[in-house]
Amino acid sequence: MAHIPTTSDRAPAPARLLAAGRRRAPRIRWGGLVDHLVLIAGALFMLAPSLMLLQMSTIPDEQIMRTGPSFQIGDRFLPNLDKALNESMSFSGETTGRNMFRNSMILGFGFAIGKIVIAMMAAYAIVYFRLRFAMLAFWLIFTTLLLPLEVRIVPSYEITQQLGLLNTWTGLIVPLIASATATFFFRQYFLSVPEELVEAARIDGAGPIRFFLDILVPLSRTMVAAMFIIMFVYGWNQYLWPTMISTEEGRFTLVQGIKQITQGLEGGHIPEFGRSNILAILAVLPPVLVVVFFQRWFVKGLTDTDK
Amino acid sequence: MKRAGFANPWLPVLLLLPQLTIICLFFYWPAWQAVRSSFFLEDPFGFGETFVGLQNYTRLLDSTQYMKNAWFTLWFSAVVTALSLGIALLLAVKADSVLRGARTYRTLLMWVYAVAPPVAGFIALIVFNQRWGPLTEFFAQFGWEIRIRLEYFDTAFAMIVASVWKQVPVNFIFFLSGLQSIPPAVREAAMIDNRSAVSRFWTVTFPLLAPTGFFLLIINITYSLFDTFGMIDTILRNNPGDQPVTLVYQVYLDGFRGQDIGGSSAQSVVLMVLVLALTVFQFRLVERRIHYT
Amino acid sequence: MARVALDRVRKVYRNGFEAVKPASFEIADGEFLVLVGPSGCGKSTLLRMVAGLEDITEGSLSINGREVNGVDPAERDIAMVFQNYALYPHMTVRRNIAYGLKNRGMAKDRIAAKVQEAARMLNLTEHLDRKPSQLSGGQRQRVAMGRAIVRDPALFLFDEPLSNLDAKLRNQMRIEVKALQRRLGVTSIYVTHDQVEAMTMADRIIVLNAGRIEQIGTPSEIYHSPASVFVASFMGAPPMNLMRGAIETGAVRLSDGTALMQAPAGRGGAVTLGIRPEDVHVGEGPADFDVALVEELGAHRLLHGEVAGQPFTAHVLKDSPLGPGRHRIGLPAGALSLFDPDTGVRL
Repeated sequence: MAHIPTTSDRAPAPARLLAAGRRRAPRIRWGGLVDHLVLIAGALFMLAPSLMLLQMSTIPDEQIMRTGPSFQIGDRFLPNLDKALNESMSFSGETTGRNMFRNSMILGFGFAIGKIVIAMMAAYAIVYFRLRFAMLAFWLIFTTLLLPLEVRIVPSYEITQQLGLLNTWTGLIVPLIASATATFFFRQYFLSVPEELVEAARIDGAGPIRFFLDILVPLSRTMVAAMFIIMFVYGWNQYLWPTMISTEEGRFTLVQGIKQITQGLEGGHIPEFGRSNILAILAVLPPVLVVVFFQRWFVKGLTDTDK
Repeated sequence: MKRAGFANPWLPVLLLLPQLTIICLFFYWPAWQAVRSSFFLEDPFGFGETFVGLQNYTRLLDSTQYMKNAWFTLWFSAVVTALSLGIALLLAVKADSVLRGARTYRTLLMWVYAVAPPVAGFIALIVFNQRWGPLTEFFAQFGWEIRIRLEYFDTAFAMIVASVWKQVPVNFIFFLSGLQSIPPAVREAAMIDNRSAVSRFWTVTFPLLAPTGFFLLIINITYSLFDTFGMIDTILRNNPGDQPVTLVYQVYLDGFRGQDIGGSSAQSVVLMVLVLALTVFQFRLVERRIHYT
Repeated sequence: MARVALDRVRKVYRNGFEAVKPASFEIADGEFLVLVGPSGCGKSTLLRMVAGLEDITEGSLSINGREVNGVDPAERDIAMVFQNYALYPHMTVRRNIAYGLKNRGMAKDRIAAKVQEAARMLNLTEHLDRKPSQLSGGQRQRVAMGRAIVRDPALFLFDEPLSNLDAKLRNQMRIEVKALQRRLGVTSIYVTHDQVEAMTMADRIIVLNAGRIEQIGTPSEIYHSPASVFVASFMGAPPMNLMRGAIETGAVRLSDGTALMQAPAGRGGAVTLGIRPEDVHVGEGPADFDVALVEELGAHRLLHGEVAGQPFTAHVLKDSPLGPGRHRIGLPAGALSLFDPDTGVRL
């Protein structure tokens, strides 16, 4: 992105002189300043709500009830954190932050790993084998890209119920895997792997399984990482399906628990903003951290799907 | 398929089996069920069903509630798409042009991608809190008393703000990557040919970004239709009353609360047709894109 | 070491396209055979059928007398060097070279010794622990060679292995590859679209065009007695001059009537005349050459222009004083090739 300097370096002589003149008498570049102001405004628009949640979790609930968020930092953060993690929101005693965090992790990891493993296997079969019904399999799989779970939610629920999978991890995770985004992505990626690699491997005496494990999987590790990040975030953030499938409180995830959390803000007694806000922050922290820290892979993975 | 594919007959079947089993069980079967039950009327106590033809569909068209929600969904999607695309494009162009702090800005502007929609709803409830919500106080200064979950328009407004907040980052990421994939030589040629930065943007950069924009258009419409469910459910807290809901929310309400399986299925089918149409539209655009690049 | 025989080997793709028309030839033990032709002529398909990467539609392929049509590539005792090298990008040079041996279950210490030996032969010893992405084009090329020779195959297959290198490196590698093949004495089939590569490296050349074998012969045979107009124009740079002509009144004549030589017995009518630019005598002779442009190549010069209204190129020495203008030229009878103007076949 060091764009402008290279341009002025290569610019014809008069422009270079002009640039040199500018350098001699440094002026404020108003255009650049506006750029920064716009970006700062955008960043604040994104950041402010979460800072507000954080601030509210440090002051007593009674005060929030009267005056709302402010710029004051109080001392209630740790007690609220303790309450959020260890105290249950309901009578069953199972909807503690700790518990819901664990459930969210199971959902996020289970979904991401399950989806990637199944997708890689399927994409490998479609791309690397001479298969009579390859076309049929391809269309069967890729039609699923067309319809999100939400439009077939009622019958999906009924089938999961008939299979006795309500309140099981299988019932929660497996139906979510029934869409081919990752398969499509891996197919695209495998198709971009040079043809000669599999030919060289065949001459080197590698069979299909060895080629997959020795060459293709290690070769795809960046893609796997990118997929993992996207799928983890997607799984962690599921709301509707967990709400329907996991009705036992011991299986609630954080995102699903948001509804309970907001209900805790109503009612006769003092709404527990401190605890609720911390639970909300807890519900976004892991996916946000994953996305921020593995930004490069994540952005690549996301924007590559657009091809 | 690769030209020198493996000829092994049973291994690919084995590799495809998990995926095919899952999609047959949890995609094709439910999708078929939805289509089928849209033509039946189910006894509320589950004691059988009657074939009613297109009656479930005509019922939808006659329902003022459904039509009202359809209209809401339409303009809600349009507004959210337009706003989040516009804001994201502006931010992406700026983030692409600054030299200092580009990475920091990028991080600050994209992290909200990872925020779950219900949390966006939760935040909306707080910033639009009737007593002290910062945005409520802000708009009160202009004489607008925002009362979400009571006033139809105010609730819709809060939903739009939350959705745009949640959707800007995805668009930002795509626009920025689109901008960065414009070859430096093209920009340099444009700089030599055209003095005005604004005119350069509209005549060179914007047309080159158009394919990304088309792609995002579909993504954003789909997002407004489906992914806003958690946000809406959090804001309405199980209590829609006569507040605005999207069509997907209505499917859920009628199917699970109302136990109107036939009506809910008919709505699902309508949505399926809608998504299929969008996808076909998208594929045609993608085909055009190939000529573009 | 191996003898390879193809008997009416044919390739038809599923869409009905006949990529290789029935081809029969034999390759002697230790021979360096080059398949040359323009892109799409079927040379790579032919090679890939020998490798076992492509099914043979009809005919039989045998290596050392054993028919191998249905044999897996790994079982054919071959090694192949690909155009883009096809190195495994996530493996070090060492593991790249060793991979084929490992898959054959060779003992670890033997693998290590063989890899060392191959690396030494190819000057790769200090790069053994690098990844392919850290190597230059020439070094990657050597790794691909290393992967091939380490296995002591009976047959080397090269699929345009030098076409991704720049011109200078290509010349150097050409010599290295040829020297290595001589030293190891392994039968080799080498595919290229570059006629210089074909001429300089081959013991024998097969020229392919549109899936059909145009000519099989030594480089000298191919160059001096091309079997068809196609071979004449494809091999040699600049290519052979081809002109319309006729056999009339007992003489072979240019289209303007200039008599060049006595007519061969029993022929008449239109012919295509061919002559290599360096066989032209410039300065004296029966024909007129209108030179429009002199191309300076340092070691020699090329005169471009027209003879009897048709494009013509002649080769002169570097100290030749000739410039643009009209010059007399002689076309020696022994250097003239005659082709049938309809079929393009040599007469």
